[in-house]
Amino acid sequence: MKIKLTKPVLAVVFALLLALPLVTTNNYVLHIFISMGIYVILSLSLNFVTGFAGQLSLGHAAFYGIGSYVGALIMLNFHVNFFLALIISAVVSGLFGFLLGLPTLRLKGDYLAIVTLGFGEIVRLVFINWAKVTRGPLGLPGIPKPTVFGVELNTSMAFYYMAIVMIIVTVVIMNKIINSGIGMAMQTVKADEIAAESVGIQPIKYKMLAFVISSAFAGIAGCFYASFISYISPTTFIYNTSVTILAMVVLGGLGSIPGSIVGAVILTLAPELLRFLSNYRMLIFGALMVVMMIYRPQGFWGAGKRVKNIYKIKAGGGKHVGHIKG
Amino acid sequence: MFTQQLINGITVGGIYALIALGYSMVYGILRIVNFAHGDIFMMGTFLGLFFTQSLGMQFYIAFPLSAAATAFIGIFVEKIAYRPIRIADKLAVLISALGVSIFLQNLAQIIWGTETHAFKSGIEVSTFKFGGLILSNIQLIVIFLSCVLMMGLYFVVNKTKIGVAMRATSHNLNSAKLIGINTDRIISFTFGIGSALACIAGLLVGIYYDAVFPIMGYSYGLKAFAAAILGGIGSIPGAMVGGFVIGIVETFGAAYISAGYRDAFAFGILIIVLIFRPSGILGKKLVEKV
Repeated sequence: MKIKLTKPVLAVVFALLLALPLVTTNNYVLHIFISMGIYVILSLSLNFVTGFAGQLSLGHAAFYGIGSYVGALIMLNFHVNFFLALIISAVVSGLFGFLLGLPTLRLKGDYLAIVTLGFGEIVRLVFINWAKVTRGPLGLPGIPKPTVFGVELNTSMAFYYMAIVMIIVTVVIMNKIINSGIGMAMQTVKADEIAAESVGIQPIKYKMLAFVISSAFAGIAGCFYASFISYISPTTFIYNTSVTILAMVVLGGLGSIPGSIVGAVILTLAPELLRFLSNYRMLIFGALMVVMMIYRPQGFWGAGKRVKNIYKIKAGGGKHVGHIKG
Repeated sequence: MFTQQLINGITVGGIYALIALGYSMVYGILRIVNFAHGDIFMMGTFLGLFFTQSLGMQFYIAFPLSAAATAFIGIFVEKIAYRPIRIADKLAVLISALGVSIFLQNLAQIIWGTETHAFKSGIEVSTFKFGGLILSNIQLIVIFLSCVLMMGLYFVVNKTKIGVAMRATSHNLNSAKLIGINTDRIISFTFGIGSALACIAGLLVGIYYDAVFPIMGYSYGLKAFAAAILGGIGSIPGAMVGGFVIGIVETFGAAYISAGYRDAFAFGILIIVLIFRPSGILGKKLVEKV
């Protein structure tokens, strides 16, 4: 992995992505790429709270689900335009993030992970049991596609390009925040909360901010997913989904935007590419995760790259930092 | 009705407590959450099923045999997946554990299929009536066995030499090494004991509900984990208390409020307790040093 994110490399990747629907008309391929796009947004949003603010969340699927259900319900019941629904889902998911964060962000590390895990389970159970609104396990069918000036965008190609635009917007926004004072404060909190406090940074404020922004982006991904797939049910928003998103973030390289994208791409492609192993594919997949963590615990886009990215230090000798535990 | 639900709650609580002990002991020593523990529990249950059904063993032979086999699975998992990265980032261990979890779940599905199996334990169900109370002999076995095992564990940890070594390792791994404790062996021992207890819990689930399936590790594991946190992770009596509290709360919640939200009660109480007492019911308060 000696790829450098120089402008020409990015331009080539971007051009290839734009050209993809022109090359293939295979809906299966486009479908995988769109799901990949949704997972890219999800892993970017989880990376924002876990990688940059250091708060481990195991309930990311809950915010994804809230965004999905809110988007679907307002589009179905109130015939709200897709793009407005996107914003409303983001706001509602963010609000839930805020409400959950209010009492729980005081908790450190592992405990926050547990609370978010519990929250994820409770949200899923609400989707299943609140049958009057969510139709319970039957799910919500017939979620409308987006319309622009009366034209319905119902092709895979339209969703594909929308996914690309959304990823670019997400990356740009996150990049801006991370390189701003707020982002620096967040990373300080991640590195050492007590040190952060001693220089006048309120940890809780920045943790909350990161948590809310992360939840809001997950909500956007959820709403997009609902419209794309047109049918949602509680089985999508399970603990396994949260775990998969976390695996993407960690495999890609925690605290790195390109890393999260790479992680999401690899973990969506791997099960498809391993299909020839039929029954054994998830077995191999699990084993690969273990092997990967043993030989490359810093992920694909490792710490060396990150140190260089953030602090613009020449990473001589490729030494990795931050993996020594006292 | 009330006492009846209490007994039902204690029965499931005992099972949760046995699984929770594995989470808690491992966390106490390595400060990692063994997310594959639920699946080790499931493997233990299926090994029990294999011994009793496919090999036609009596359950009193199959019980210790599957417990021993599961202990080896636990030790093996630690050796392969956790030991090489023990000093690395905690998140790396977490992802590795998730990998093990996916692996074991799919292994069980390949070997035993995805369907639910009946668990014929060969124990005749008989019920006793005390006034309005109905108690089955299976409930008595579950409660009795979980209590005996927990007392046994408490004895091992507090009164034996290896228990002292375990406590020393959990207090500070590096200083334990310095005073000549073979910490690797202690860690293996801890994984072995935790896995064996989880296996027994799984067999008890088998005889109590008469149904086992490859993804059972998920819901039991999650709730036992909640129990370990609730009681105070790292604390052995805490895991027991947590298990019983979760069992009783979810049984009462399901009986009196809503059966559909059964699992939500367990997590609801966990969140509430953590907000007011982040270190759990019996957990030690950690003071952070600068």
